[in-house]
Amino acid sequence: MKANRPVFKKLPKLPSVKNQAIRLSENAIKKTQNVNRFFLEIGEFNLFLWLTIKATFSRHFEFREFLRQCFLVGNKTLPLITLTGLVIGLVLTIQSRPILVDFGAVSKLPGMVALSIVREMGPVVTALICCGKIGSGMGAELGSMKVTEQIDAMEVSSTNPMRFLVVPRVLAATIMIPILVLYADAFGILGSWAGSNIKGDVTFVLFMTQAFSAIGFSDLFPAIIKTFFFGAAIGFVGCYKGYTAGRGTESVGKAANQSVVLASVFVILIDLIAVQVTDMLY
Amino acid sequence: MEPSSYTNLQGRAETEIPAPSSPPSAKPIIEVKNLYKGFGNIPVLGDLTLHLNENENLVVLGKSGSGKSVLIKCMVRLLMSDAGTIHIFGKNVNEMTDRELGELRVKIGFLFQSGALYDSMTIRENLEFPLVRIKKELSSKEIDQKIEEALENVGLADTIDKMPSELSGGMRKRASLARTIVVDPLIMLYDEPTTGLDPVTSDEISALINNVQKTYNTSSIIITHDIECARATADRVIMLNKGRVYMEGTIDEFEQSEDELIQSFFKIRQPSSHKAQ
Repeated sequence: MKANRPVFKKLPKLPSVKNQAIRLSENAIKKTQNVNRFFLEIGEFNLFLWLTIKATFSRHFEFREFLRQCFLVGNKTLPLITLTGLVIGLVLTIQSRPILVDFGAVSKLPGMVALSIVREMGPVVTALICCGKIGSGMGAELGSMKVTEQIDAMEVSSTNPMRFLVVPRVLAATIMIPILVLYADAFGILGSWAGSNIKGDVTFVLFMTQAFSAIGFSDLFPAIIKTFFFGAAIGFVGCYKGYTAGRGTESVGKAANQSVVLASVFVILIDLIAVQVTDMLY
Repeated sequence: MEPSSYTNLQGRAETEIPAPSSPPSAKPIIEVKNLYKGFGNIPVLGDLTLHLNENENLVVLGKSGSGKSVLIKCMVRLLMSDAGTIHIFGKNVNEMTDRELGELRVKIGFLFQSGALYDSMTIRENLEFPLVRIKKELSSKEIDQKIEEALENVGLADTIDKMPSELSGGMRKRASLARTIVVDPLIMLYDEPTTGLDPVTSDEISALINNVQKTYNTSSIIITHDIECARATADRVIMLNKGRVYMEGTIDEFEQSEDELIQSFFKIRQPSSHKAQ
């Protein structure tokens, strides 16, 4: 005869102290690895910067490649910059006009728009557009060269890839982006004149006279200086991300994407510093 | 003949296969001794020792992942070995300054698995690229002549102004070979020269490798797992397994070997044996 045994309810299994300790240590290892990776990336970035500077001041300069890159960075970006500049000027004017009309200060419109374009909108928007167009292009191009062993082939043929691939691109971006910004500024002011004529009637000469009388040397000079730094950052980040891309095809897309993101962050940070420095100086 | 013992990466003795001694006149120009290379915790090459004699075609066979490509990348210091020495023309590659390494790389031609042609340049510009940087003393006329000669040697004279994207896989490999030989290297390193090509083109590439050796008087290391390519080009064969030299000998010795691993590598590739049964 079967004895009646008491029925116990199955209790949920409590995590043992050992398991919890293992989980905690795994999490700690993961976090340490992330921190390690972060510092490794910073180290790699600084090493790449040092190698770029060293290659820039080496004896052999790839002038032909530099000119080719200037053409690619400058000329090929012109249509996009033209459109962007025109639209910035037009939109700024259309949106600001009603408020200025309310205050009876519509005559201040050309100066106000020109000032905001020259000081901030032109450089920053052009630089951000270039992050997408030039930075991603450089990241993807060098990334795919890395994947298809073209950079290795350059190295074994006794050519320094830093000198041929990185230096001309960084210098081309540094020199061409300020020129593109000036070009975008000009089209921005032109767009503003077009915007003023949608609802009002201003002659070209009057508009330009009012616009340029509002801009001084202290507005133009710091704005142009910071664009050299924007250019250098865009070129450098694009090359760095492409050059240090992984071996798979997936890393090409990643390099292009990271180039845009990191270059954009650099542009915003440089702008922040430039504004602070300008504020202190003027 | 002294038998050489072979151990796996953990150091356990695995098998003993006699290594043929080199002819007394042979002069080694590459000597690799006790080479170690790993990635993270994964060992790829472990205690690898081999040499390449002058005017010799050495074929390095092995399964994928056995460390064949890593070996030749260590030779030109595209990868830095963890331990061991690589002497090329009597100098240790790992101890060279950047300048010495540059001078050494001029003497070595490296044919990459993918061809690695610069895809933003025409074939002419691809060949011109190393030439104008290495042979600075040449006039533009001499450069043009050398480019045409190199392309003729690989049978691609009519593609001189084409872009790499306009060429087939085999043509790209040949153009890449032309770019390598245009600077008259003394040593050629071929990384899987026939991978991804049809049998006819593979035979053409194998014939080209032999032609390059005769015309340019080069010594070559050919990394491959293509037995037909090995048969066509090898003076001596080395088989790598688990990052070490598993067997060394002539192609005939390999084909007659009773060793299970060697047999599995060679016998599977007997072209008609399977169908004849």
